[in-house]
Amino acid sequence: MNCTICSLPGLDLNRLARKLRDGAKLMVGQGDYDAYVTHVRALHDGEAIMTRDEFFRARENARFGAGGERAFRCC
Amino acid sequence: MRRERALIGVLMSIINISDSRQTLKLFPWALVFALVLFSLYTLAVSRGENVNAMWLVTAAIGTYAIGYRFYSRFIAERVLGLDARRRTPAHRRNDGLDYVPTDKWVLFGHHFAAIAGAGPLVGPVLAAQMGYLPGTLWLLTGVIFAGAVQDFLVLFISTRRDGRSLGDLIKTEMGRVPGVIAMVGILTIMIILLAVLALVVVKALADSPWGAFTVLATLPIAVFMGVYGRYLRPGRIGEMSAIGFVLLLLSIALGRTVSESALLAPLFSFKAETLAFMLIGYGFVASVLPVWLLLAPRDYLSTFLKVGTILSLAVGIFIVWPDLQMPAISRFIDGTGPVFAGSVFPFLFITIACGAVSGFHALVSSGTTPKMIGDETQTRFIGYGAMLMESFVAVMALIAASVLEPGVYFAMNSAPALIGATPDSAAAAISSWGFAVTPETLSGVAAEVGEKTILSRTGGAPTLAVGMAHILSSAVGGSAAKAFWYHFAILFEALFILTTIDAGTRVARFMIQDLFGAFFPAFGNTRAWAPNLAATAIAVSGWGYFLYQGVIDPLGGINTLWPLFGIANQMLAAIALTLCVVVLYRMKRERYAFVAIAPTAWLYICTLTAAFEKIFHEDPRIGFLAHARKFAAAADKDQLLAPAKTLAEMQRVIFNDYVDATLCAIYVMLVLAMLGFAIRAIRAARAAQHVTTRETEDELHDLQPAGA
Repeated sequence: MNCTICSLPGLDLNRLARKLRDGAKLMVGQGDYDAYVTHVRALHDGEAIMTRDEFFRARENARFGAGGERAFRCC
Repeated sequence: MRRERALIGVLMSIINISDSRQTLKLFPWALVFALVLFSLYTLAVSRGENVNAMWLVTAAIGTYAIGYRFYSRFIAERVLGLDARRRTPAHRRNDGLDYVPTDKWVLFGHHFAAIAGAGPLVGPVLAAQMGYLPGTLWLLTGVIFAGAVQDFLVLFISTRRDGRSLGDLIKTEMGRVPGVIAMVGILTIMIILLAVLALVVVKALADSPWGAFTVLATLPIAVFMGVYGRYLRPGRIGEMSAIGFVLLLLSIALGRTVSESALLAPLFSFKAETLAFMLIGYGFVASVLPVWLLLAPRDYLSTFLKVGTILSLAVGIFIVWPDLQMPAISRFIDGTGPVFAGSVFPFLFITIACGAVSGFHALVSSGTTPKMIGDETQTRFIGYGAMLMESFVAVMALIAASVLEPGVYFAMNSAPALIGATPDSAAAAISSWGFAVTPETLSGVAAEVGEKTILSRTGGAPTLAVGMAHILSSAVGGSAAKAFWYHFAILFEALFILTTIDAGTRVARFMIQDLFGAFFPAFGNTRAWAPNLAATAIAVSGWGYFLYQGVIDPLGGINTLWPLFGIANQMLAAIALTLCVVVLYRMKRERYAFVAIAPTAWLYICTLTAAFEKIFHEDPRIGFLAHARKFAAAADKDQLLAPAKTLAEMQRVIFNDYVDATLCAIYVMLVLAMLGFAIRAIRAARAAQHVTTRETEDELHDLQPAGA
């Protein structure tokens, strides 16, 4: 798919920007909200889905909460 | 003959050719290899004239490319037999939260941000006292054959076992007792790590109103970001980080005004002891506050700042191509160096942990990353690849330390006990070591970076900051911007070290509650206030004790604490690699077990020798017991030795020596016990006729046909 901004073949700046954004978010423990929603809809249909804000807070608490090896980082 | 043929077979599979007709495709790689050798040759032989950093960068990148292309591929295909058809925990247990198949580049960023921290920045700076060549050689060989292998293998092992943690993996593969040993080891390493990192911050901020002001300013900035992200614009990490970043830059600019004001500067000039107690109190408070208020927002800021600054340092080096002023090999390889005592073997291999091999990575590789791998073959790119990148960060730190004039480097990294407290005494002492430097140069550098003095700013961070300021100001802003870049670098290091301290104290607290909770279940309740506060107090007083001991140490503290940390970290690596050896035997892959056995053996040799020397060496600068004897002998004659001012303090110094020696002895016993358990497990695995390891059972799923 060509990039919608620069229309160069093979270079998709939208995709690159999305990856950079996702990467930056995951560095601080914030996963992909859309993937979460898709997952719950597909496999646990009918269950309550967290809003974007609730998802954010849940991930923030999970990163530093009990069993908090998620916040393990090297020196 | 059969033996030779087997050896040739292994060698051919490492360079990944099945017969001689394929050798042609190796030609470009032979060129890369030649380039690496030529770069190393240039680095090694050009004595007397300065070598350009370009050769160091070329040698590093070429080595990484060869290591990744050949050795990691050999491990992926031959040793482990990675199989894209095998479902990963992210698919099998997908919950949309912790277990999520994730794009490999996105996950690479996550993994890299989790493994790279202050370690690869500080260790190489300290090791530069021996010249840049020993550090370079260890960084490059260490990462290819030990560090990246460990990260890759542990990530692979955890991915095949539901993303379980290192302690858990050791328990299931080796038994309960080794599991508990590993847990205790991890906890003590955390404590030492936090102490040494806190010491680095104290040394950087002591008597520096500019630095202390900017770091203190991060507290209200983080709280503001926290409130912003909680109530004003929930979840907007990008926005709040951008605002925080602008405020940070403002606080650096304001810091200069503060440091020049006769009224404000004394308010922000703290003695090292005061700073140590402030940090201890801060660590306690920060780790019991709600995470969204302080910890999380600072984590965002420090993570982005860390990655951004590392990238800009790389860009700076690529623009400026500075010359290395440090000699290739200095006279201090004999072990008499002022920065840390002890000879190249074993102490270089202890001092540079992160960047070559770091046991802490085993915790990350068995933490969040394996739960997000979408395809098992990506463990090579993420595990091996991210560690190569960390090694490059360490190489850049080595460059930043080596672009300084050696005299300036030693003035910053030697204790006052060796060089005195004035530029005159320092210049005289350092010149007598063979590194000519004038008092004017030393006070000139201090003035350039906006500090009263740069003498004895041990701990690596300030040296790195001066080196970075040198490189970055040559790229942007000229020498007028040096002071800004210096304080930017100090702030960036202090910020993520403080984040590590809060997060690490929380992790240590949970580990303590977990460990004690096994005996007193009430203590393990992480929702009750009393056990939370008690466990936090234990964690904080643990690292606080070693921090305070380091702060009052006349030899600068780093001298004592960094080797302890290095030994602990490398021993954790030895434990993790031991697990890898055992798993390879249990997989019935013993033919290839050497990929894990070789680094494990090296780490056992280095850490046991180092620990033994730290305990028993006759030189009081190296051996804890010799140091204790020296103080005891003086105390018997009612003499006082610095830093002690009373006989009671003399007794405390002696007591601290025994604590440090005991800690070393505990580490030795932990790894020797692990070795025993490993031998038992390997013998059992060899006796068994079939695969004994416990991977998560799963039917292989068919790959989608290409293009579908």
